[in-house]
Amino acid sequence: MLDAQALKGDFPIFANNPGLVFLDSAASSQKPRAVIEAISRYYEHDHANVHRGAYALSERATEAYETARRQMARFLGAQPDEIVFVRNATEALNLTAYAWGLEHLRSGDEILLTEMEHHANLVPWQLLARRSGARIRAVPFTKEGRLDLDAFAAMLTDRTRVFGLTQMSNVLGTVNPVAELAAAARERGALVVVDGAQGAPHLPVRVSELNADFYALSGHKMLGPTGAGVLWGRREALADLPPFLGGGNMIEEVTIERSSYAPPPQRFEAGTPAIAEAIGLGAAADYLMALGMENVWEHDRALLEYALERLAEVPDLHLYGPRGEDRGGVVAFNLGSLHPHDLASALDQAGVAVRSGHHCAQPLHRRLGVAASARASFYVYNTREDVERLLQALKEARRFFASWM
Amino acid sequence: MSLLEELYRETIMIHAQKPHNFGALANPTVESRGHNTSCGDMITIYLQSDGERIADVSFQGQGCAISQSSASMMTDLVKGRSFSEARELIKKFKEMVVEGKEAAPELGDLRALAGVSKLHSRVKCATLAWNALEQALVEAQNK
Repeated sequence: MLDAQALKGDFPIFANNPGLVFLDSAASSQKPRAVIEAISRYYEHDHANVHRGAYALSERATEAYETARRQMARFLGAQPDEIVFVRNATEALNLTAYAWGLEHLRSGDEILLTEMEHHANLVPWQLLARRSGARIRAVPFTKEGRLDLDAFAAMLTDRTRVFGLTQMSNVLGTVNPVAELAAAARERGALVVVDGAQGAPHLPVRVSELNADFYALSGHKMLGPTGAGVLWGRREALADLPPFLGGGNMIEEVTIERSSYAPPPQRFEAGTPAIAEAIGLGAAADYLMALGMENVWEHDRALLEYALERLAEVPDLHLYGPRGEDRGGVVAFNLGSLHPHDLASALDQAGVAVRSGHHCAQPLHRRLGVAASARASFYVYNTREDVERLLQALKEARRFFASWM
Repeated sequence: MSLLEELYRETIMIHAQKPHNFGALANPTVESRGHNTSCGDMITIYLQSDGERIADVSFQGQGCAISQSSASMMTDLVKGRSFSEARELIKKFKEMVVEGKEAAPELGDLRALAGVSKLHSRVKCATLAWNALEQALVEAQNK
């Protein structure tokens, strides 16, 4: 089990904001000193452009950048040449949709998604559907907040060319049975694209066991800096993928008329990459691996169960998401008829930071029958005391707004 | 007074709960929509006008207490006003909630929203209806 109270000491944000109860890690996590220092150390000692110079400094920078790639490979149970550095999961999903979709999607094809997708795994496919004439279908979820597996079985057809799904919902916390669904989709000849933006920070992930072709993650949600994320692709899937962005670093040979492209992962890393950010992400992966992702998951789970038990004390509090082992540390809720923005402002005044709004998942909220919700999400530095502070703040908010609810 | 008490005054909560001028007009000259992209809240302003004066105005949509009360009080205030008067009020309101300037007396009950300027994340809620009205005035004038 993690000692979250002790871990808080690794995160300077908490010393600089005494009393802060930070419950918005699903949007972006805080950064441990190890990550912040890895970035400063790189700039102070090793910075030069990568894959360019025949001088020692550039070689050191390249080595540090490629070490980060190996750290991410180890974190995901993958090979380093399957790790493409991108800005974030959104960019990874756009890269996949454009590079693969422009080549392969035709009128009459179907793109199968789910109703619990973040807009990042929805809008890129809509853009591709509009260009190609392909059609989008979405697997609904049940009242409990789990994917409707019967609907999935019925919607998966020979027309399905892509199946895109989130590993873990950023609103419901639901962990989807990715390996099982992906196997079924690949058997039908569909490309499987997994949004790991929430999964990678919280679950032990072995991408090779997911039966997926592509897996996208954002570094800033897993203790890393903003501006660095990963697209993992199965080696054969990446090899078949044409470039998305053209420029330096991604070519073999260039003439005025045409170019030949570098093999993956360089083929997808045009231009000078976010070197320091990738190095910071590598340090974040090391930090998490030292904690043990099994322990991170158990910590989140225990805190979630404690939160669900305590939040039941608050009258008029409506909680979303399934109960059970297949649920990560995310709690979305509404308090009576109070708008989540008003609720979040009240919680903020008590020092409790939660997200409010549609969390970039409007179709999901439409299915829940609400426009928006408030959301608390947990990570390694959250404690039971944080949950209690949330509980007190909710009770106070309820008293404050009592005559208007 | 806590910031919360300053923000959620009784005037605001009464308007939020029973907003005035709520619902679509039968034959509006223009309809203008506003979105708050951060929360998905949406508002539609219905304007009836000869292009110079606001004969009637209403709104429809969903949102938080700040956005709903702001729309309710705004429609009360600008109804019957000339476009130039309405534009002046829009300017005064934005100066109050965006820039934190002292509330102009002609804003009347809307002065209760002055505290919003201290909460940056909520400024968009307060201005949602006003931006939609501003756009509606442009559209009505071009008709």
